[in-house]
Amino acid sequence: MKMIPKHIPQHILYVDGVTKSFDGFKALNDLSFTVKPGELRAIIGPNGAGKTTMMDVITGKLKPDVGDVFFRDSVDLTKHDEAEIANMGIGRKFQKPTVIESLTVFQNLELALSGNRGVFKSLFHKLSGEQRTQIDEVIELVGLTEKRQELGGALSHGQKQWLEIGMLLNQDPDLLLVDEPAAGMTDHETELTAKLLRDISGEHSVVVVEHDMEFIKALDCPVTVLHEGYVLAEGTLEQVQADDKVIEVYLGR
Amino acid sequence: MTRQPKRAWWVRAWLALLILACSQTLWAQQQAPDFTAKIADLTTSSFSKRAKAIEAVVALDDERVLPVLEALLEGDLYYRKSDDRVVIAVDAESGYRITDVISGEDLGAVGKRDVKKIATNNRMRKNLRVQIAAYKLVNKNPDVRRTAAGDLIKTPSPEFLPILQKAIANEEEPAVREALKVARAVILLDSDQEVDRLQAIKDMDGYPNKYTLAMLKQLVRQNDDGSYNEPSELVREEAIAVLKGLEAQETWYKFVEDLFFGLSAGSVLLLAAVGLAITFGVMGVINMAHGEMIMLGAYTTYVVQLLMPNLIEASLIVAIPAAFVVSGLMGIIIERTVIRHLYGRPLETLLATFGISLILQQLVRTIFSPLNRSVITPDWMSGSLQVNGFLSLTYNRLYIIVFALLVLFGLMLLLKRSFFGLQMRAVTQNRAMASSMGIRTGWVDAMTFGLGSGIAGIAGVALSQLTNVGPNLGQSYIIDSFLVVVFGGVGSLWGTFVAAMGLGVANKFVEPMAGAVLAKILILVFIILFIQRRPRGLFAIKGRFVEG
Amino acid sequence: MTSQARLAWLQSDVGGKRVLAIILAVIIVLPLLNLLVPPDSVFHVSSYTIGLLGKYLCYALLALAVDLIWGYCGILSLGHGAFFALGGYAMGMYLMRQIGERGVYGHPVLPDFMVFLNWDALPWYWYGFDNFYFAMLMVLVAPGLLAFVFGWLAFRSRVTGVYLSIITQAMTYALMLAFFRNDMGFGGNNGLTDFKDILGFSLQADTTKVGLFVASGVALILGYLLCRYVVSSKLGRVLISIRDAESRSRFIGYRVEHFKLFVFVLSAVLAGVAGALYVPQVGIINPGEFSPINSIEIIVWVALGGRGFLYGAIIGAVLVNYGKTFFTGAFPEVWLFMLGGLFVVSTLFLPQGVVGIVQQWKDKRAEQKAHAQGKTGEAVP
Ligand SMILES: Nc1ncnc2c1ncn2[C@@H]1O[C@H](COP(=O)(O)OP(=O)(O)O)[C@@H](O)[C@H]1O
Ligand SMILES: [Mg+2]
Repeated sequence: MKMIPKHIPQHILYVDGVTKSFDGFKALNDLSFTVKPGELRAIIGPNGAGKTTMMDVITGKLKPDVGDVFFRDSVDLTKHDEAEIANMGIGRKFQKPTVIESLTVFQNLELALSGNRGVFKSLFHKLSGEQRTQIDEVIELVGLTEKRQELGGALSHGQKQWLEIGMLLNQDPDLLLVDEPAAGMTDHETELTAKLLRDISGEHSVVVVEHDMEFIKALDCPVTVLHEGYVLAEGTLEQVQADDKVIEVYLGR
Repeated sequence: MTRQPKRAWWVRAWLALLILACSQTLWAQQQAPDFTAKIADLTTSSFSKRAKAIEAVVALDDERVLPVLEALLEGDLYYRKSDDRVVIAVDAESGYRITDVISGEDLGAVGKRDVKKIATNNRMRKNLRVQIAAYKLVNKNPDVRRTAAGDLIKTPSPEFLPILQKAIANEEEPAVREALKVARAVILLDSDQEVDRLQAIKDMDGYPNKYTLAMLKQLVRQNDDGSYNEPSELVREEAIAVLKGLEAQETWYKFVEDLFFGLSAGSVLLLAAVGLAITFGVMGVINMAHGEMIMLGAYTTYVVQLLMPNLIEASLIVAIPAAFVVSGLMGIIIERTVIRHLYGRPLETLLATFGISLILQQLVRTIFSPLNRSVITPDWMSGSLQVNGFLSLTYNRLYIIVFALLVLFGLMLLLKRSFFGLQMRAVTQNRAMASSMGIRTGWVDAMTFGLGSGIAGIAGVALSQLTNVGPNLGQSYIIDSFLVVVFGGVGSLWGTFVAAMGLGVANKFVEPMAGAVLAKILILVFIILFIQRRPRGLFAIKGRFVEG
Repeated sequence: MTSQARLAWLQSDVGGKRVLAIILAVIIVLPLLNLLVPPDSVFHVSSYTIGLLGKYLCYALLALAVDLIWGYCGILSLGHGAFFALGGYAMGMYLMRQIGERGVYGHPVLPDFMVFLNWDALPWYWYGFDNFYFAMLMVLVAPGLLAFVFGWLAFRSRVTGVYLSIITQAMTYALMLAFFRNDMGFGGNNGLTDFKDILGFSLQADTTKVGLFVASGVALILGYLLCRYVVSSKLGRVLISIRDAESRSRFIGYRVEHFKLFVFVLSAVLAGVAGALYVPQVGIINPGEFSPINSIEIIVWVALGGRGFLYGAIIGAVLVNYGKTFFTGAFPEVWLFMLGGLFVVSTLFLPQGVVGIVQQWKDKRAEQKAHAQGKTGEAVP
C-alpha cells in the first residue's frame, strides 16, 4: 500500500513526562512510554485511567500542560493541530464510533482515502479506477460489501466500528491509535479485529486501547497498564497480570 | 441635597397622619389666632402696609411661614374674593387649584377671576429672598441649611452678607459652615478690598462647586487688551492655585460620574442578560424570545399602573412580582409547548423561539397598539442625590444598580443554596443520572426556564423606568444580552456580571471619544473579536459537558 | 431499501431539474407576455408582476447561498443579509454615479446626499464606481472580503454552532448601525435611491425591467448549477462530513477551517450578486437591509423549503415571499403571526421542509406499491 519510509526512526511515538489536568484533576500524570516502528501495543487500564485523554494529547485535540510528545523522533506533536497531525500519518479510531452519518459507506471511505486534502483539490477531485478498487477492497475486508451504498447512519454499532476501521486503513497512517475497537462486536468479530490489527502491524505501528482481556490475549503483544494517568506496569500480558500493583488496582477496592 | 432622603412611602404617610391628628387640635388652639391674623393682613391693598405685614409674618415662629413666603416670591399667593381666604394657587385647566395656607385644606379648582393675586414689588421681593434664606439658614435640619447655602452660592448678592455672617458665627456643623463660607466668599469676591477677595478665594479652596469654579476662571482670565479681571497679582496667584485644585477635583468627580453612568448602564445590561444566563447558560437553550419576556414585564408594569392609578408610588413594588409571574408563566408555556421538543437542537430552538418572539410582539401590538405606552415614574425614583457641587447621582440609576445587584445575588443564592438549585444543577450536569434518582427532569426544565423568563420580566419593570415601553422594547436588548452572556462565559453568573458591568462602563468611556453609535459599533467589533479569540468567554466553565 | 432509493433520487436531482425548468420557462415566457401581448389582453403580464417576480428570484438566490452553508456545512449565519446588502450597496453606488448631473442639486460628480452634507469631494472609496465593470467586481469583492476576514477569524478560532450564529448577527447589527451614520458616506438613513439608468438603459423602461428580471433568473440558474457542482464534488462530501462530525473530519486530515472559509466566501459572493440584482429592481438600498430580522427571515425560507436540498431553498424563498406579499396586502396584522408561526411549525413539524414532506409521501407510496406487488425487501428502482 504505502512505501516504507526511507529513514526508519528509532521511535515512532515518544511520550515523555506528559501531564494534563482538568480543573486541577490530573487526567494524565507524568505519563511516559514509547512505541517502536511496526510495533503493536495494547494499553489497558480501568475506566478513567486517562487512555482516551492520552490519545487526545497525541492527536492534537488537547495540549499537554507539560511534557513532550514526539513523532518519528523529530516532530513535536504539541506544536501541531489535529489536521496536521493526521496528515503526518497518525490515524485514530474513536471510542464512540463516529462515521459520517449522511454519507454512504463508499463515500465515507472515499473521504478517508489518503491523498491531497486541499480545498481546491477536493473541488476538482475525480476518483481514479485504482482508488475505486482500493476502496472496494477495503469494503470487502471489513465485510460491508452488502452495505456499500447504505448511509453511515443506517449501520449498526458493530458495522460502524468496522467502517471506522476501514476508514483508518484507507487513511494508511504510519501510526494507528485504536480506542476500544471491540465494543459492540460479536466474539467472532472481535477475533477478526484482533487478527486484522495483528496483520497490519509490522508495516504500521498500532496502539490499541481495550478493556476486553480476551481481545488483548488475541492480540498477543506487549501491554502497558495505565492507572490514574501514569504507567503502572509494562510487559507481556502474563507479566502484568501477575504484577501485584495491577492486581491491587483491578481487584482491590 | 435637593431632596430630603425619603423614607418608604407608607412610613411617611403614617407620620403625616399622626402629625395631622395632633396639629388639628393643639396647633389650631395655641398658634392659629396669631398666624391667622398676620396672614389676613397680607390681603391689604397698600404696598407699604403689605410690606409691614410681611415683616410681621416673617417674625412668626411657625412652620407654615416658609411656604407662604416662597409662594409670595413666586407670585403664587392669592386670596379668594368671596371670603378673603389666603391661598396658594397652582395652574390647573382653565383656572387654578387652590390650597388654604392656614389649614392646608385643598379648596379645589376655581376660575381665574375668583381669586386675586397678592402682588409684590421689587423691594419686597428682594427682602423676601433674604428672609427666606435666613429662615432656611436657621432650620434645625443641617441638610436644609446646607441646601440653602448651596442656593445662595448660585445667586450671590450683597444683601445676603449680614445673614450669612450671622449664620457662620452660629453654625456648628462643619460641612454646613464650609458651605456658608463659600456662599459668603462668592459675594466677597466682588469686594473692593484685596484682603476680602483673598480670603474669599481661600474659602473656596477645596469646595466642589461649579459656580465657584466658573467664577475663578473668569477671575484669572486675561482680556483682549492684556488686562485681567482681577487687578491684584497676589489674588490672581492664589486664585490659580485654588483653581488647579478645584479642576483636579472636577475631573475626578467627572470620572466618578461616568463610572456611575457606566455601572448603571451595565446594570441594565445585567438585568436584561441574567435571565438569559440561566436559559442559555444553564440549560443551553437559545431563547430569542427573551427580549419579549422583558417587554412583557414592562407592559405588566403599565397595566399595574392602570389598575391602581391612585397608588403610583407603590405600583413598581407590585409590578415586580406581577411581571415575574406573567413572564415566568409565558416562559413555562413556551418551554412545555415548543422548546421541550427541541432539546439538543440549539439552532432549531433559536429559530422557533425567534418565531415566538414575532408572535408576542404582534400580540402586544394588537392588544395595546403599536405606539409606545408611557409608564409613570414614581416620585421616589425621580430627582437626584447631590453628593457635592460636582457630583449628582440620579435616583433612578442608583436604584437600578441596587436592584440589579439584588436580583443577581438573589439568583446566586437560589442556585447555590436551595433544593431547587441543586436539582437544577443535577439535571444540567447529568440528566440521565438525575432522572434515575427520581428528579422530575421535565418539571425542573420548565421551572428553570420559567425562572429565567420571570427574571427577564423583572428586568422589564426596571427598563420601563428608563426607556419607552413599546412592542420593540425587547428587540433592542436581545443582541446585547446574548453578547453579554457569551462574553462573560456561558454558564457563569459571575461572568455575566463582570461582562455586563465591563461593557456598560467601557461604552460610557468610549462614547465621548467616538460618539454613541460609533462607540456601540466599536464595542460590538471588540466582542466579535474577543469571542473569536476566546470562544468560551471570560469565565469559561471547563469540562466535558459544555462541548455539547 | 428506501434509504438507497432516496439517495439515488437525490443524486439524480430530479427536483432540482424540475425547479430549474420552471425558472427557465418563467424567464422566457413572462417577458414575452409582458412585452408582446397588449395590456388589455388577459394574457398580458404587468410590469409590476415582473418586478415582483424579479425580487423573488433575487431572494431565491440569497436563500440558495444560505442553504449552501447551512444545509451542507451546518453554518447557521444570522448575518447573511449583510452580504446581500453589501452587494446591493456596490450596485447602488454605480447607479448613483450614473445619475450624474440629473440629481436635484445638479452636481456633476457628487451624489445629492453628499452635496446636502456640504461635502466638496468624493470620498476615496467612491472612486471607480462610475465604471460598470469595476462596480460589478466590487459586488463580488465587498461581500467576499468581509466574509473572508470574518470567516478567517471565526473558523480559525473554531467558533461554531450558536456562538457563530450570534456573532454573525452582531456583525450585521454593527454594520447596520454603521451605515445609518451619515459620515460613513453611504447616504445614512435614506440610503441610495433616485436611480435613473443602468448601462444607459432607463430603469423606468419596461424592457429594462424585463432585462433585469431575465438577468436575475439566469443568475439564479447559474448559481444553482455552481452550488450543485460544489456539493456533488468531493468537496461537498467534506462539507457534509464537517456538518455531521466536525472533529472527525479534522482527524481524517481535512483542514476544516479552510473548507468552511471557502463555502462561506462563496456563499457571501452569491448573496452579494443577489443584492446587486435586487437593488435596480426595487430602486433603493438603505441600512434597513442590514437589520438582523432580515437575515433571520432568510433562514425561515430555507427551513420551510427544506434545507440541504438547494432547490428547497428556492421553493421556500418564493413561497414565503409570495405569502408575505399577499398577507401584508390583504391582512397586514396577520403577517407577523403567520411568519412567527412558520418558524415554529417548520422547526417542530417540518424538519426537512416542504421538500422533505413531498419526499416522505413519495417514499411511502413507493413502499405501498412494493408491498402490493409482494416484493418486500427489494429495492425500489
Ligand atoms: N475535557 C475534560 N474535562 C474534564 N475532565 C475530563 C475531560 N476529559 C477527560 N476528563 C477526565 O479525565 C479522566 C480520564 O478520562 P479518559 O481519558 O476518558 O479515561 P479512559 O478513556 O481511560 O476511560 C476522567 O476522570 C475524565 O472524567
Ligand atoms: Mg476512554
